[in-house]
Amino acid sequence: MKDICIVLSGEAGQGIQTVEYVLTRVLKNSGFHIFATKEYMSRVRGGNNTTEIRISSERVRAFVEKIDILIPLGKNATGRLRDRITRETLIIGEESFIKDAGGEKIEVPLLEMAERIGNKLYANSVAIGLVSGLLKADRETLKLQIRKQFEDKKEEVIKQNIDAALEGYKRGEELSGRIKVSLKRDDAVKKECLLNGAEAVGLGALAGGCNFVSSYPMSPSTSVLVFLAQNKSDFGIVVEQAEDEIAAMNMIIGAWYAGARGLVTTSGGGFALMEEALSLAGMVESPVVIHLAQRPGPATGLPTRTEQGDLNLVLYAGHGEFPRVIYAPGNIEEAFYLTYKAFNVADKYQVPVFILTDQYLVDSFYNLPPFNLDDLKVEKHMVKTGEDYIRYKLTENGISPRGVPGYGDGLVKVDSDEHDEFGHITEDFTTRVKMVEKRLKKGEELKKEVLKPKLIGDENYKVLLVAWGSPLEVIKEAISDIKEVALLHFSQVWPIDNSVAEYLKRAQKVIAIEGNATGQFANLIKAVTGFEVKERILKYSGLQFSVEELRKKIEGVV
Amino acid sequence: MDFERYISKDIAWCPGCGNFGIRLALMKALEELKFDPRMVVIVSGIGQAAKMPQYIGVNMFNGLHGRALPVATAIKVANPNLLVIAESGDGCMYGEGGNHFIHTIRRNPDIVNIVHNNMVYGLTKGQASPTSVKGFKTPVQTDGVILEPFNPLAVAIALDASFVARTFIGDIEFTKEIIKEAIRHKGYALVDILQPCVSFNKLNTYEWYKENTYYLKDHDPSDKELAFKRATERGKLPLGILYVNHNKETFEELARKGDKRPLYEYEVNFEKIKEMINQKTL
Repeated sequence: MKDICIVLSGEAGQGIQTVEYVLTRVLKNSGFHIFATKEYMSRVRGGNNTTEIRISSERVRAFVEKIDILIPLGKNATGRLRDRITRETLIIGEESFIKDAGGEKIEVPLLEMAERIGNKLYANSVAIGLVSGLLKADRETLKLQIRKQFEDKKEEVIKQNIDAALEGYKRGEELSGRIKVSLKRDDAVKKECLLNGAEAVGLGALAGGCNFVSSYPMSPSTSVLVFLAQNKSDFGIVVEQAEDEIAAMNMIIGAWYAGARGLVTTSGGGFALMEEALSLAGMVESPVVIHLAQRPGPATGLPTRTEQGDLNLVLYAGHGEFPRVIYAPGNIEEAFYLTYKAFNVADKYQVPVFILTDQYLVDSFYNLPPFNLDDLKVEKHMVKTGEDYIRYKLTENGISPRGVPGYGDGLVKVDSDEHDEFGHITEDFTTRVKMVEKRLKKGEELKKEVLKPKLIGDENYKVLLVAWGSPLEVIKEAISDIKEVALLHFSQVWPIDNSVAEYLKRAQKVIAIEGNATGQFANLIKAVTGFEVKERILKYSGLQFSVEELRKKIEGVV
Repeated sequence: MDFERYISKDIAWCPGCGNFGIRLALMKALEELKFDPRMVVIVSGIGQAAKMPQYIGVNMFNGLHGRALPVATAIKVANPNLLVIAESGDGCMYGEGGNHFIHTIRRNPDIVNIVHNNMVYGLTKGQASPTSVKGFKTPVQTDGVILEPFNPLAVAIALDASFVARTFIGDIEFTKEIIKEAIRHKGYALVDILQPCVSFNKLNTYEWYKENTYYLKDHDPSDKELAFKRATERGKLPLGILYVNHNKETFEELARKGDKRPLYEYEVNFEKIKEMINQKTL
């Protein structure tokens, strides 16, 4: 793939996110395909955070280690990247920022240039312009995006930022000969949208009819809460920051009981507090949608980093036995459609439905065609109650018509105790058995809607890779040039159908790829199908897989 | 419909329990205020008190221990046309659910919070509760309770709860009237109901309550400092409405900006979602 990888590096609070935001839009609207992802420390100031922006002639959706251009925005911004800097890496910026780094250094006095225009603070705009110039992005687009970014500021400030960007652009253009790769542009890209995983989850929730969200802030899941809060007025969403995750989950179950469509968004530690109420949802047969953005644990772990370590947590969470659904979107499109779907499935089967993402997915951007909403609809499965309505009527498939209080002539009685069909507490063992079986029947019914895993790559594979969730695009790129290798990717990790064993048996070698230390999904496959995936490529450093490391590891095995 | 229909007939309370009186007072209050049972929800936690909605013909959410208040709050905001009552015992509301108690008062949803306060854990058979008096001996607190009892009224008044009252179930008529006031009040209303536990609390008996309580007279419930003084006084416990603040907006009014439609009537505006996605192309 023809692409250029730019890395911005600086301290928290230096405006790296602003540079990323504006630059990705300038480049996308100049007709380049874009991918961006960030890694950041759990602190408000200082430290070292980086953002990677890949620019390409083709669709690009995965993290790479190589750095073609590095822009340090402060001192000590290159040390942590030492292993990713090669002799080919262009390092551009302030002399004092680049002096300790390897690579090919080009001094550009960003601060001085900014100061000459009016204020040192414009240095980030100079940097945006510099990169835009290096890649010969569209100048008018650059001006427009800078204006948009600073539209709340005084006209003078906007103008000076534009001047600063143009000054950077000029210098970038002069240096553009140093870029060896020439990228094609595609006008169609300009019409595409730039979204990150968190926005996709948020939009999916809106499309699923979400009108109630209650959560306690926790990285990296908070961005979904923020997204819904910022759009609450347009969609009539109740947004409540609860006193703790326990309250958040109980509120959402209360909301569904009264006919709302509720979501909680959290991470592993927060979800641990919701477990008791998850079990409540299982018992009262309440729909509930849970977005869990994973980060490395145990306990506080690495708060702003990524991992796929919470599959077992959500799979086994909650005391007692009850069915659940777990989706694990592999990319931004899936984050949208699966979150949308989660609401309808939760409502139809009256079960908890998880959207299991991670920091890497929620914080990554790329350009994609706008979602097609034409076939989407909010399926409301609640019924108007008659006078003799009973909440837990025993039915063939275990699903009882769900009424809500105040809608119809009946009463809606739900109970966390074992209950009879009326919803009243009971200790009758025969009823107990019937109710356990009723709840579990829904789990069987759910299997009819299981998303089949996708086979990607060589259909006549000898080596089959098995993965779930966010490593999807990284693996896809890693194996794009390797023959006889295919990926079997799961976007739904529970329930899974034991028919997947057929795929596995056809391979000479099966390798699980997971962002955790124990191969939780491989172990699940063993439990469900009896097939043991012995070889595993696992990563648990707190960082996502890179294309290069996977390519190397897979080639090593083939 | 009446409040005796569609109920569980197998009542799990001990003969002589104050819960019977509370049930009677609550049902009479609902009847006298002419509530349609279909528009009433009782949310409870776990414990003997929390079984109340099993025995009253209204909508019921018998949830988890300590968690009645967040559920009740959400139901009220999701459908402000419902009368929502959160009812449970002292252990459930003040112990396990203590954090929710504090923050529900801050939110001020228009719900009634009835707490059966018998100063002991009944269903788990006789351990101390947050409101047990110092020195109260139990199989667990073998040397007697060494902690100061939790003072729910003082906490509620300190947090400016919009309605704070206490009654004693030895006086069902009075309790009924207080519950009616609490229902009529707009905003969060705490009704702490003193009751004996005939099985596990041999200290705080009907006689004890009679001797250790008094009816508030010539009390101005709008006077917060006075209310706080009454709530924190040593000695006899005051009965009546201690504190009322009529000038507070409710959680659902603020969160829904006055919209009272049940959320289940909402339809998604897909055009707006399209617009948002299009914004992301710019």
